[in-house]
Amino acid sequence: MSKVHVELNVNGQPEEVLCEPQQSLLDLLRDELHLTGTKEGCGTGDCGACTVLMDERLVCSCLVLAPEANGKKVVTVEGIADQNGLHVVQQKLLEHAALQCGVCTPGFVVAAKALLDKNPDPDETTIRYWLAGNLCRCTGYDKIIRAVQDAAQELKATTTS
Amino acid sequence: MAEAVREFTAIGTRPIRPDGVEKVTGKANFGADFSLPGMLYGKVLRSPYAHARVKGIDLSEAKAMEGVFSVITSADFPKENPSDMSCNILAREKVLYHGHALAAVAARSQSIAEEAINSIKVEYEVLQPVLSADAALAEDAPLVDENLRTNGDESFMPSNVAATVHYERGDVDKGFEKADYIVEEEYRIPSAHQGYIEPHACVADVNEKGRASVWCCTQGAFEVRNYISEVLQKKISDIKVTPSEIGGGFGGKTVVYVEPVAVRLSELAGRPVKMVMNREEVFRATGPCSATVCRVKVGANKDGIITAAKAWMAYEAGAFPGSPVTPGCMSIFAPYDLKNFVIDGLDVLVNKPKVAAYRAPGAPQSMHAMESAVDELARKLNMDPIDLRLKNAADEGTEAPYGPKYPAIGLVECLKAAKVHPNYVNKPAKDVGRGVAVGFWFNIGMQSSAEIWVAPNGAVTIMEGSPDIGGSRASMCLMAAETLGIPYDSINAVIGDTESTGFCNLTGGSRTTFATGLAVVRACEDVIAECKRRAAMTWDLDTEQVDWENGFAVPRPGVNIEAEPLSFAELAKTAGRTGGPLVGRASVNAQGAGACFSVNWTDVTVDRDTGKVDVQAFTAVQDAGRAIHPSYVEGQMQGGAVQGIGWALNEEYIYDDNGVLENASFLDYRIPVASDVPMIDCQIVEVPNPSHPYGVRGVGETPIVAPLAATANAVREVLGFRINDLPMSPPRVLEALDNAS
Amino acid sequence: MSRFGYVAPKSVADTIHLLHDCETRGERAQILAGGTDVIVQMRTFDREPRTLVDVKYIEELNRVSIEDNETYIGAAIPSGVLNENQKLKSLYPGLLESADLIGSTQIQGRASIGGNLCNSSPAGDTIPALIANAAKCLIAGTHGTRNVPVEDFVTGVGTNCMTRTEFLLGLILPRPRPRTQDAYLRFIPRTEMDIAVVGAGVSLTLDHDRVCTHARVGIGAVAPTPLLVTKAAEALIGTQCDETSLQAAADACRAAASPITDKRGTVVYRRKVVGVLCYRAGVIARDRILNGQN
Repeated sequence: MSKVHVELNVNGQPEEVLCEPQQSLLDLLRDELHLTGTKEGCGTGDCGACTVLMDERLVCSCLVLAPEANGKKVVTVEGIADQNGLHVVQQKLLEHAALQCGVCTPGFVVAAKALLDKNPDPDETTIRYWLAGNLCRCTGYDKIIRAVQDAAQELKATTTS
Repeated sequence: MAEAVREFTAIGTRPIRPDGVEKVTGKANFGADFSLPGMLYGKVLRSPYAHARVKGIDLSEAKAMEGVFSVITSADFPKENPSDMSCNILAREKVLYHGHALAAVAARSQSIAEEAINSIKVEYEVLQPVLSADAALAEDAPLVDENLRTNGDESFMPSNVAATVHYERGDVDKGFEKADYIVEEEYRIPSAHQGYIEPHACVADVNEKGRASVWCCTQGAFEVRNYISEVLQKKISDIKVTPSEIGGGFGGKTVVYVEPVAVRLSELAGRPVKMVMNREEVFRATGPCSATVCRVKVGANKDGIITAAKAWMAYEAGAFPGSPVTPGCMSIFAPYDLKNFVIDGLDVLVNKPKVAAYRAPGAPQSMHAMESAVDELARKLNMDPIDLRLKNAADEGTEAPYGPKYPAIGLVECLKAAKVHPNYVNKPAKDVGRGVAVGFWFNIGMQSSAEIWVAPNGAVTIMEGSPDIGGSRASMCLMAAETLGIPYDSINAVIGDTESTGFCNLTGGSRTTFATGLAVVRACEDVIAECKRRAAMTWDLDTEQVDWENGFAVPRPGVNIEAEPLSFAELAKTAGRTGGPLVGRASVNAQGAGACFSVNWTDVTVDRDTGKVDVQAFTAVQDAGRAIHPSYVEGQMQGGAVQGIGWALNEEYIYDDNGVLENASFLDYRIPVASDVPMIDCQIVEVPNPSHPYGVRGVGETPIVAPLAATANAVREVLGFRINDLPMSPPRVLEALDNAS
Repeated sequence: MSRFGYVAPKSVADTIHLLHDCETRGERAQILAGGTDVIVQMRTFDREPRTLVDVKYIEELNRVSIEDNETYIGAAIPSGVLNENQKLKSLYPGLLESADLIGSTQIQGRASIGGNLCNSSPAGDTIPALIANAAKCLIAGTHGTRNVPVEDFVTGVGTNCMTRTEFLLGLILPRPRPRTQDAYLRFIPRTEMDIAVVGAGVSLTLDHDRVCTHARVGIGAVAPTPLLVTKAAEALIGTQCDETSLQAAADACRAAASPITDKRGTVVYRRKVVGVLCYRAGVIARDRILNGQN
């Protein structure tokens, strides 16, 4: 059972990695590419801390095997901010004090950005159900939901003005 | 108390936390994010039985495996007088719960480590497990520990009761005689887990001279250093612990599991070793909180004055002594001014994982019992539940059930604020039930150190030792900004390792903003004293002739000198010429933490066909003493509320008849998800704590206490009858509805 | 996780070949689609394949075609993708809802109806909805393909009717008759992220007098396999799906159930609630027709 060659694009950069087939995309990101922003909270797809975008769809990177990521385009929390600075979701999470320990935050950042890309005007219920796969044990979700609502407002204001 | 009337410039504002950018961009390093060259991966073998004698362990295959560098059991730990913690980390003669660790390996890769673990053969003699307090207290119960005697009293026969606790005052029998209404009930709550999202993780590297460096996620690096020293009988000075960012703890990361194991594996392998628990291991083998049985009897006269109260409670400790039954006993009647009461508690061993602290350890369970009973009392009296509590509320000068007289506390203020809160004044709709309850936590002080380093441009670094679990860096910077009179943005707070900052007790018990905050304020005052000395030197005055005002050294009024005030930045810039860098330091053993009270209420509906409870609204009112960063105070209130709701409705450890935990995953250990809960409305009450320069009380523990009974009381209101036991999961609620009809 | 080899064949023929080779060598092969069950089970050593066969690159498993008389849904299409297909959603709202209920948004990005079926859990959310829609499973093997009614596909807890050299290509659903609607409901303790404690799918056809002419009811998590409850359907056919007949259908579901007590629910609870969900799903399907969602 030799290692497999995986070529993928991570946050806009082409990468080549040799992996054991049983490694997950999460292992690949963290152990091979040293992108440790994506966290492992459960390894079973129940907590969302390992959320990344793969070919523009949200997935739990713990439930993607490394060889499955071959040829894919992956965006992690490290790829959300750009040269202009933080993404509005990141900025609003900070302004609303919507993180306490912060370990779930990378997953929320990726998932919330994906929501706003798809639905620029989500109501509270939509946000809560979209983010139901991202567990947070510190905040009780209140400030996270408000931050995402505020981010949506701000995005709307900047696109209409 | 001059500060109580003073206008603050920094305190009470809501700036962005100094470590914020790293945490939203993935750059912050948590426990599992650290690596070293040549690092090995450690893995633990765990018991498949809840109670068994270990007859033999065959490690030969694992040791011979290519890529395996070290394999250990408890035989590789010091043999004499092992502590409970040592025996919990690696089992000795007996395994005491399903998931109890008994061997560990370090290997080149995770998969080799996993294969090596699977190759270890253990011979067990399976024993009957003790799986509940009831079973443990039964007359001929098997013994979890054959050598355990209650309260260490050698004149007793061995027992599963590790300790007893007793408090009393007045004459309860006479008190009950005066009661017109009496409520007497028994309440049961199973274990819940802290449920932090980050599993325990560490890297240990032991050098050729036996010096250990450890990186780990912990609530207290100095405690980890002590524990490693104790378990491995290693000199404190040979251990350096660097705390990573911590992904939640709630009390669960106040103890160690993998750290000493990694150190020993590294010592034998001669290479760094990383150990990361998986989620299943976290659930099976790290501290949940105690499962409890609480019996409460409480009586009141027709005016609503509580005349007597009595409580008996058994707290499961898990496989080793040390449940939080004492704080459970101390909390149960803490909100009330009682003349007559008796409280008895038992610390009971069972074949389950050793419990660890969980947010206000012990209080949620016992206070769920009392707050449910008081709710029933209010019904009998036909009295508003807040009014009944106001009639009996503890206030400044009340003798706490556990002894001391309360200094200024905010319970009455919270109750009064709740009574006029729009969310309380607006009555719930038909079929919506409202429940009210009070929460409490003592809060603790203990030891903290802080240093203030001033850069030549006037920027300040705070060096302290309290792992930041919920935004405490921001609080430290705000208190420093307020004290020094400089902008918040010019201050950063750094959490040091055990060799770069002075001793500091762990982040827990709601002590950080209070005690470490006190140290930071004192260290700032130390810098101010030095600034005044330098200004005095510049102006050729005595230090006593200089004041510090809003970030400037100024000549004291009446001092006859023409001098421009010297700003903090100027003093910093010229420090090289006036005596060297500006540095301040302080260490404290903080006294007078100041108890924290809360009032919560929630509105719920129940689907009578499925038994599902839906939380429609939740309001928390809590005394913060002084809210340094109100958003993070609210965050504590909101997070605690949702943990409490989860515990009340769905969270529980489910064991089979053999003591195997059946729901060791986030799939079936159901913590609330975003769509389960409403917004949590908060009102912060501020009754300043006289023992803190800014009036701070710890706010982190109290929020989890009241939601259990508030939810139970709300469900009681909808159903028309009470469900005494938690969680009020759909099958339990539907069964209760069936029984009631 | 045990070691294994990963292969991603591009055609049905290659896949059959591979499965056959593994079988000849006596090595366990495992089909991988979205992996949201399989990878978890491999991590806990509940599945230890020697070869993992990723079928996501095969065209037949990724195709949706909506024809005049039937609809084909490829087995490996993630539920998140299916739920973006508005035509499919309007034809089989209950089925699409059942797929949408599985796990989080993240899980939706990977989990497929075919995977849910092949995992063959008694609690698989899409299975009662597929039963209600009279779906057939299109299975490929060494001798070509065969069709199996979905209610006959799952044979026990975690087992199904496929041999080791067969695999699921997709599902064939009859085009709903005029004035037909379906609905699926499950009960979970939270609002999201749980495995169904009970599930019920109902498909109804009403004539212009609002009389039910066809009905199918599927239930889940109340027996070793998801069940087609013919008696529940019979209780509805010929009625206006009013309270009395829906109650009779609910009782038929309760009678058909043979649940167990486990960490997620009790026998009494499941039996009671399966009736409640059948009733409520029946109301939704009926009202969808009456409100003209067809």
